[in-house]
Amino acid sequence: MKTYINKITKALLVTLVAFGAHSCGDAYLEDVQVYTIDSENYFNSESDYYDALVGAYDLLQATYLNAILGEIASDNTLCGGESATDVIGWQQIDDMIHTPVNDNLRDLWNWMYAGVSRTNFIMEFQDKIDFDGREAIIAETRFLRAYYYFELVKWFGPIPLKESRFEIGDETSIPRSPVSAVYALIEADLQYAINNLTYMAPQVGRATKGSAQALLGKAYLYQEKYGEATAVLDNLINNGPYDLVEDYDMLWEAEGENSVESIFEVQYTDVEGAGFDCLQCSEGNVAVGFSGIRNYTGPLFSSGFSFNVPTQESYDAFEDSDLRKDIAILDIDAWAAQEGATFSTGYEHTGFFNRKYIPRKRSSEAAGDLNLTNPANYRAIRFADVLLLAAEAYNRGGIDDTKAQEYLNRVRRRAYGVDDDSVDSGNTGSNLTADIARERRLELMGEGHRFFDLVRTGEGSRIPGFQEGKHNLFPIPIEEIQFANGNWEQNPNY
Amino acid sequence: MRHTLFKILTLFFIAYSSAQEIDVSGNVQDETGFPIPGANVIVNGTSKGTTTDFDGNFTLEEVEIGSTISISYIGYITKEIIISDNSELTIQLQEDLAQLDEVVVIGYGSQKKKDVTGAVAIVDSKTIEDLKPVDAAQALQGTSAGVAVTAPSGSPGGGFNILIRGVSSNRDNGPLVIIDGYKGDLNTINPSDIESFSILKDAQAAIYGIEGANGVVLVTTKSGKKNAALKISYNGFTGVQQTSRKLPYLNATEYALILNESHAANGEDLPFPDVSGLGVGINWQDEVFGTAPIMNHNLSASGGGEKSTYYVGASYVDQEGIVAPEKSNFRRANVKIKLGFDIGEKLKFTTSANYFNSNRQSIGENALGTPLFNALNYAPTYSLDQEDETGFLGNEVINPLSQLANTYNDYTGNAIEGTFQLVYTPLEGLSFTSRIGIRSFNDKGKTFAPIVEYGSGKVFNNPRSSVNQYRNTYNSYTWETFANYKRTLGENHNTEFTFGTSTIRDWSDGLNGTGFDVPNNSWEFAEIDLADGINETKNTGSYVRDSRLSSYFGRVQYDYKGKYLLSAMIRRDGSSDFSPENRIDYFSSVTAGWKISDEAFLEDSNTINFLKLRGSYGTLGNNEGADLYRSLLSGEATYVLDGAITNGRASGRIPNPDAQWETAKKFDVGLDLNMFDNKLTFVADYFIEDREDLLIGAFPVSGILGGFAPGAGLPTVNAGTTRNTGIELAVGYKHQFSDDASFGINYNVTKIEGEVLEVRGGIPPRGGNFSVGQPFIAIMEPGQPIGYFLGYKTDGLFQNQAEVDASAQAGNAAPGDIRFVDVDNDGEITDDDRTYLGKPQPDYIMGLNLSFDYKNWDFGAYMYAELGKETVRNYERDQSNVNRLKLYLNRWTGEGTSNSVPRVTNGGTTNRLFSDFYVEDSSFLRIQNIQLGYSLSDEVIEKLGIHKLRLYTLINNPFTFTKYNGYDPAATNGAAIGGGIDYGFYPVARQFIIGLNLSI
Repeated sequence: MKTYINKITKALLVTLVAFGAHSCGDAYLEDVQVYTIDSENYFNSESDYYDALVGAYDLLQATYLNAILGEIASDNTLCGGESATDVIGWQQIDDMIHTPVNDNLRDLWNWMYAGVSRTNFIMEFQDKIDFDGREAIIAETRFLRAYYYFELVKWFGPIPLKESRFEIGDETSIPRSPVSAVYALIEADLQYAINNLTYMAPQVGRATKGSAQALLGKAYLYQEKYGEATAVLDNLINNGPYDLVEDYDMLWEAEGENSVESIFEVQYTDVEGAGFDCLQCSEGNVAVGFSGIRNYTGPLFSSGFSFNVPTQESYDAFEDSDLRKDIAILDIDAWAAQEGATFSTGYEHTGFFNRKYIPRKRSSEAAGDLNLTNPANYRAIRFADVLLLAAEAYNRGGIDDTKAQEYLNRVRRRAYGVDDDSVDSGNTGSNLTADIARERRLELMGEGHRFFDLVRTGEGSRIPGFQEGKHNLFPIPIEEIQFANGNWEQNPNY
Repeated sequence: MRHTLFKILTLFFIAYSSAQEIDVSGNVQDETGFPIPGANVIVNGTSKGTTTDFDGNFTLEEVEIGSTISISYIGYITKEIIISDNSELTIQLQEDLAQLDEVVVIGYGSQKKKDVTGAVAIVDSKTIEDLKPVDAAQALQGTSAGVAVTAPSGSPGGGFNILIRGVSSNRDNGPLVIIDGYKGDLNTINPSDIESFSILKDAQAAIYGIEGANGVVLVTTKSGKKNAALKISYNGFTGVQQTSRKLPYLNATEYALILNESHAANGEDLPFPDVSGLGVGINWQDEVFGTAPIMNHNLSASGGGEKSTYYVGASYVDQEGIVAPEKSNFRRANVKIKLGFDIGEKLKFTTSANYFNSNRQSIGENALGTPLFNALNYAPTYSLDQEDETGFLGNEVINPLSQLANTYNDYTGNAIEGTFQLVYTPLEGLSFTSRIGIRSFNDKGKTFAPIVEYGSGKVFNNPRSSVNQYRNTYNSYTWETFANYKRTLGENHNTEFTFGTSTIRDWSDGLNGTGFDVPNNSWEFAEIDLADGINETKNTGSYVRDSRLSSYFGRVQYDYKGKYLLSAMIRRDGSSDFSPENRIDYFSSVTAGWKISDEAFLEDSNTINFLKLRGSYGTLGNNEGADLYRSLLSGEATYVLDGAITNGRASGRIPNPDAQWETAKKFDVGLDLNMFDNKLTFVADYFIEDREDLLIGAFPVSGILGGFAPGAGLPTVNAGTTRNTGIELAVGYKHQFSDDASFGINYNVTKIEGEVLEVRGGIPPRGGNFSVGQPFIAIMEPGQPIGYFLGYKTDGLFQNQAEVDASAQAGNAAPGDIRFVDVDNDGEITDDDRTYLGKPQPDYIMGLNLSFDYKNWDFGAYMYAELGKETVRNYERDQSNVNRLKLYLNRWTGEGTSNSVPRVTNGGTTNRLFSDFYVEDSSFLRIQNIQLGYSLSDEVIEKLGIHKLRLYTLINNPFTFTKYNGYDPAATNGAAIGGGIDYGFYPVARQFIIGLNLSI
């Protein structure tokens, strides 16, 4: 019996030792050896803010879609591509038969809100620590937020609005804010940016006081607040370091990037490859490859996917003496005959390409997929654009047609390469309005502004298939309507 | 006590010492005459006994004439012989076909098969010997009911997916694999080192709690046997392989004519104004497929002494691919050691170690633009070295031979894994086991992308060479300590208690980098160290992962007279993968059994030898979803500032603080029946499994949350429920015609019906690409099987303009185009008309195994079938000028010419929209293996001084019967949503093999 007890004791001892060794229990789970920094305990140094700001800039590269689709939607270009079903969402928008079921519009919505989310991430933690230059970083953040919200309000009208990150559930509780409320936030953000930034960017590519002024002027004009627009734009024109470059042609080559004419420019590079599964991740300008000449071999250009092809009417809209004509639009047949280049034709081949934004010959550092990684910067806001915005505000606001003429003619003289008044417009009133609108189309051909310029001036019907009162806004993606579960109404007539 | 016994025994001896005693010796063999070492030979009614030596020989001294000796060995029917004289005995033991005394591993213990109350399938080493799998998972294909094994590819080292009772989760459906007690991976062990698989299919696996929901595969590796002389076995084979299928594609002339027709249909110039000299051109499939060798060597030695056992094995397999053998191949070497020692009476020590080394080179597979895809689409009119310079075939289709030549990669994996186990038995019936299993796996890979130019605009053009290299280390340990206590109360109440604790840690890290401008644009120089190119972008990366489980478990088993069986188990798991508030949970199950054949009314039945009814119910978990509860700063935040790539920080996936594991509720009733002297065996199961709180990854949420930013992602949400209902049936029959001839057949069939019961949230998850730029085609939606295909139903072709005009497609179609069914009858063909077109999971899976032995010959065959599933034909590039299936020879060319294959035209049509024209029935029956062997007769091997020599020849995958057009109806990438889409699967190889088994 004694041995029996001994054995039991021994057994218990073994049990205790064996199980005791495991005794770490649940505490063991706490001790995992992985990264401990996550989104909620970030922002502990100046560089954390800077790094997050870089993240907020990142989504600008996704605006390639806004630019190319702004052209395709307009009367400037046809969709093109390989076939009638190649990027079906673009094809439908080109034909004004788009519906809420459209993956590309959904991308646009998602990407612009991703930009909003990244700026709001910083804004949520804007006061966590203080350091020299914090205001400037917050100012850039607010510029970017305004930029993204401006894109959203342009495309979709009333949109859900928030100044911190949206959370799960907000889609069913936060309503679509009226356009005026969206603009109010845009204006507040840009005013803050103007007050806290200088005309000198700390790094090429970052937003400046000028960027904010230009965007604010544009936002005022979109709201037809002509007086406010002229004030801020004049301030920019007079005080900013910007000017028209002399050589319009060079403006569209690599040498013309971040020029004196550039007020805000989306930066791209070709040194990092990209893939179709995450086009918003590309560091290259995706719109450029998509606009390229199909299977092109020859000088200066590289090939692409033959989307966004200008119409004959667009080409003919330029006078022959307008130097911009063959800079903005490439007549491929003439070019091929002249240079011995070869190419193949895609769907809706017009014989024209959007020469400002088609692929140039590649650098030795270019990384594949080449069609998705073109380095051409998107000249988002140019001084010429600002001059025309200001001219329009002066004229349409009935403020000062002389001033409007001055700004308009500054752009025209460069376009025709003249120093005198031989190409000046002397019109006033609605004739001047028409001149300015025409000049906007020609000067900004292929830059993604046309659709919105037509719509905001009531000229949407120039677009084949356009229905006033419907196509002024794009539909909220069907998925978002479903997520909102009744919280958001679809835009009219969709 | 002992003292008394001794006295009694002494008395016996004294009492009987006068009877006549002789020495008895003999040899114990199996049915084929192979000696059985380690068999027990006991003189009944005495304590006298011995075991046979390695040669099956035994000698018993001083046995009384007229006494009975019984000879027993596990897996064989015990034989009794009355001793009449001292002549040498030759005793043949018959295999126990029912193997009811076979011991089945059930997790933290084992049970006799007859007492098992859960649904457990066993696959033993015999099956592995027959099938000669390169990967152990292959041995489970078709050999056990309820288990489906699919391959994403037939390429060497391509891997396998195991599904136990269907697809329940839209994430991970792979079972937990436990090898000798540690959490492991089937592809690192040599199949020949495996003694048996035990597959826990039902709620019995609840003892594995949070990891058991997808079923558990318990692997027991081979050990030596006590008191057995050294046994050395060599198994080796060599063979050649070729593709099991080539697709019927157009030859050059047919191709040119069809292209002319499609250009003309759109009013374009003819690309081939003169087709007269084209002939058949190049068949690119003939060029990419070749004959490739395979070989395999296995050597093992095992044995044991009084208190120790040993097993040592080594193997080498070398398989080259049937596509570009020098670019697609696999080699693996294994060394395995397993040792057991008894340290005194009460302490047993077992240790095992497995070293694994593999090397693989691979080609791009099953995606748009991969070599097989290009072999199908490239123009047969081009010459072998001709690139599509003008881009005639679009931007994605290139010369497959050039592409293969420019493919360079190399992958090496190394693992050392093993266990140390101590079992302490202080008292009869009480044991403590503590074991630690460790596994350390490291791998490295290198991919070289040379400068290449395939023609204008080709997406595969690469102007700058680069080499990417990575190294990863994966570690894990499984440390378990548990106690078993077995006690019989009274005479009839048998109880067993098991309780213990388990700690599992999986942790890994990795580094990767890319170098640019590889010297000489050459693989020989492809090393980051030599690639001096400066690159603006960050080209290095790393990761760390750590996942821990801390668990306690307990089980009670009870039976009354072995007739009524009951067990209950519970496990408490804590997982570090979830937020502190959500990381603890309990899983439990009960199982019960009734051995009807032990009841009085069946006890003496000659027909029914064994009949058991069993059932189980319980909950299990699927430990999926590490770090879902927080957002790491893993987003991509890259912009260009000052003209240079600048990296910042951004949030990754949208967090879900409430994320939890998936829970399975499993119900099973089963019946085990043996009849006619156990010749006929029958196992049937009916099961229902509900998988709740399914973690749906990339759960669709509003874009306003920011989930579509670069490197961000949609949250993973517990938002779905699926149900699988099924029936399994396994029938076996074995018949011995005579001493020379025997026959065996095993058949199993599983019917599974899967249904999604619930998907919370507005939008059902989707996946699976078709063609380019089309919406996802696979969807998870309530009321339908998971991952079913959604597209347009077709109703033949428009034969004339009148039909077009009268249809919902008026204005968008022409005669010869596909007519879509206007499902919602709104007079238009819209997205809403898309409907169910098929599903990738089969309704039925079946396996059949035949064996026939006659004298020294043995014949065997294995078959596998999947019925009632569909695969999407997606290897046709949507471009007018690429080559096509011969199917298009029967295209529509005018009214009445065809009602299934649409016209060809370069113009825009809706024919490429995803419709049932692209969905094919991929049901199939495959003869997996036919084998014929010859074993040298006993006389010959005795002369040679060996134990066994068998020569055999076999063919793997000789025939596949299917209506499916593509390479391999069995292939699927295994994705729950998006599986069954065929971009040109690497087909499984047909192998012609000769080999030999030798034992000395």
